[in-house]
Amino acid sequence: METLGYLMDGFGVALQPHNLMFALLGAFLGTLIGALPGLGPANGVAILIPLAFSLGLAPETALIMLTSVYAGAMYGGRISSILLNIPGDEPAMMTCLDGYPMAQKGKAAEALAISAIASFIGSLVATVGLILLAPLLAKFALTFGPAEYFALFLLAFATLGGITGKNPIKTVVAACIGLMIATVGIDNTGVQRYTFGVLELFEGVDFIIAIVGLFAISELMFFIEERAGGGKEKMKVNKLTLTWREIREILPSSLRGGVLGFIAGVLPGAGASLGSFIGYTLEKKVVGKKGYFGKGDPRGVAGPEAGNNGASSGALVPMLTLGVPGSGTTAVLLALLISLNITPGPLMFTQNADIVWGVIAALLIGNFLLLILNIPLVGIFVKLLSVPPMFLLPIVTMIAFVGIYSISNTTFDLYFMVAFGVGGYILRKLEIPLVPVILGLLLGPEMEKNLRHAMDISDGDWMILWDSGLAIGLWVFAGLGLILPYIIGPLLRRRMQNPIEEGTPGSD
Amino acid sequence: MTLKPSLKYVTLLALPLAAAATFSSTAAAFEPEGKVECIAPSDPGGGWDFTCRSVGNVMQELDLVPGNVQTINMAGAGGGVAYAHTVSKRASDDHLLVAASTATTTRLAQGQFPGLTADQVNWVGALGADYGIIAVADDSEIEDLNDLMDSLKEDPRSVKFAGGSAKGGWDHLKVLIAAQAADVENLPRIAYLSYNNGGEALTQVIGGHVDAFTGDITEAQGFMESGDLRVLAVLSEERLPGDLSDIPTAREQGIDALGPNWRGFYMPADISEEAETYWTDAMDTIYQSEEWKNVMKQNGLMPFHMTAGEFEDFVHNQIDDIEQLSKDIGLIQ
Repeated sequence: METLGYLMDGFGVALQPHNLMFALLGAFLGTLIGALPGLGPANGVAILIPLAFSLGLAPETALIMLTSVYAGAMYGGRISSILLNIPGDEPAMMTCLDGYPMAQKGKAAEALAISAIASFIGSLVATVGLILLAPLLAKFALTFGPAEYFALFLLAFATLGGITGKNPIKTVVAACIGLMIATVGIDNTGVQRYTFGVLELFEGVDFIIAIVGLFAISELMFFIEERAGGGKEKMKVNKLTLTWREIREILPSSLRGGVLGFIAGVLPGAGASLGSFIGYTLEKKVVGKKGYFGKGDPRGVAGPEAGNNGASSGALVPMLTLGVPGSGTTAVLLALLISLNITPGPLMFTQNADIVWGVIAALLIGNFLLLILNIPLVGIFVKLLSVPPMFLLPIVTMIAFVGIYSISNTTFDLYFMVAFGVGGYILRKLEIPLVPVILGLLLGPEMEKNLRHAMDISDGDWMILWDSGLAIGLWVFAGLGLILPYIIGPLLRRRMQNPIEEGTPGSD
Repeated sequence: MTLKPSLKYVTLLALPLAAAATFSSTAAAFEPEGKVECIAPSDPGGGWDFTCRSVGNVMQELDLVPGNVQTINMAGAGGGVAYAHTVSKRASDDHLLVAASTATTTRLAQGQFPGLTADQVNWVGALGADYGIIAVADDSEIEDLNDLMDSLKEDPRSVKFAGGSAKGGWDHLKVLIAAQAADVENLPRIAYLSYNNGGEALTQVIGGHVDAFTGDITEAQGFMESGDLRVLAVLSEERLPGDLSDIPTAREQGIDALGPNWRGFYMPADISEEAETYWTDAMDTIYQSEEWKNVMKQNGLMPFHMTAGEFEDFVHNQIDDIEQLSKDIGLIQ
């Protein structure tokens, strides 16, 4: 019951007025970012990280705000899926299948409300899962030595392409770029690598600068390229008429989706897309012929929404306990933790208990805030969708520059950020995914260090790398993670594509 | 490396200075006006950041500064970026303090701030220290420091150390200082595993993956209280105060090794003598104040105080010692 005490302390942190205010702000901005087509949660958090720095927030407040952004983005993704048939982010893809048909039948308000309730339940289930599982896993993390960590990082890289990855070669290229950038700086033994005598490069590339550059600045360039674009035309949403019976009908779907999503989220590499996908397919299987999936079945909205929100909380488990992110967005959050001088892992649960539990409590509170934001106030987001991006562009630019400058107070970092932005723009033009770059950058140095440590401990005997049962297990999983996508991947992808093509021409 | 037990170091200077600061009527021409900046050469949350913020607060409470002390984080090259910035761009700014610690002198000694030396800045004072410790997991077979050193004498690779600084950094050097004092030969062979911070290193030691921990006393307190960690020796002159007085020093065990990680400040080189006097006196005032004593107590900082000339000499001596040691073990040529 130690956990309960910690959680209470966490509520004490999260319920402080300023933390609550920033949770609300984060939830609002997150929902908005999630709703804007094309801006996924990883980009959203990356764009808002500088905001935390420019406001000079305390670590726990910064984290509370950004986890709320993360949770909010997961909620927001469904809005454009349902109204426009354009998924706000990848995990919201499955929500299009039944959400859009519902909207077409004039039941947009019901679809939005159902999906908000399902998101809420999914998140709630998974946050409870997180509360139960994380401390256990954190204790278990003590058994991780250098060899086990090395195998774990290998597993993270092996599963990186993930089951939903489109082009494995491009993923590998992206991860290699990340690993290459990670070698810059003074290495573990004091040797300088690719620093060219530039003092600013001695400590290597700052993750936050790379992330804000790659995601936020490149996003701006895309906006500019599209001439900042006009807004979407105004949309009308009908008046909400949702009965208790209808809510009760989607409850089982939401619970199932939440549990499945959580499991998918905990597994490294799988992430929210898989969560929403299995959430949807399972519903289809369970309900069977009685359903009318693809034609606007509420359960087809509830399942995947609960799934992707569940997965987003689930993905926090490996990030918080082992320091290995389970998804792109958690990778971005991990970089934030590191730059706040908080090291994820078992120690964080004791030494930074107030922060960890504050964040977990904030997830729970944020969930309620999001439910409120997303049912009565959904109209605001619908209206905001029609604000032309040209008004958002200067704000995002300003926040990015001020935020990065306030971290280190050197103009060098600003040039560096812009350089990363240009790099990110080029990579995206080449359709090379950015998340593996970040993972390579984040995990590369850790992986190298653990290999060196293992060698130091064993006095150069490579056998140490598979000396324990845990290490062997991880190697086996890594092997499976590398091979399975080639067998199951195409199968899954085909099944994910099929219903979409049937239901909706020309999504995203 | 010597240091004066600071409790004995009570200067009479402090009282007139406090008066001078309050009434500003004496001949001391310098008074800070407007904004005073404190550069923390790291990201928010680290030791230097703490030094700037806590000292800044105490200075405001004591009215040593007219307004706020603004903490500016300038990370990069382990403090090198801030050092270069102070030397080249702020050389005559008498409203600028920069947080420093043993990590700064270590890097200066090992030439990790290319082209920069210790006499390019003004070392104004140190306000406390965190002492080095060597510790093992509670269930370790190693009994005391001599036991550990005997194993190292037989085989330098028989005990592996984990610490939070880079190879050649302060945590690594503490092991070597102790080993040298215990006449262990072949110092370069001693295995040191560097982690991102003391906490990470501690988990590896507690988890039984690495044999011993080298770090500072404040890093280890959590695990000492939980009983998972056994401290073999603290590298201080005398036993530490309070609950920590149970821990034996290395000296008591016949190994003459000291490892204070001091916390203090440097300022730009070309400031007026009046300004220099003002700030060194300010360091004394801070150190004597109840406010600062509370900060030290809450954060596990141990007594350690020096200002101006004495501190300058201490820094230069420490740099010479570290340079010699680093050469002995082949870290630098």
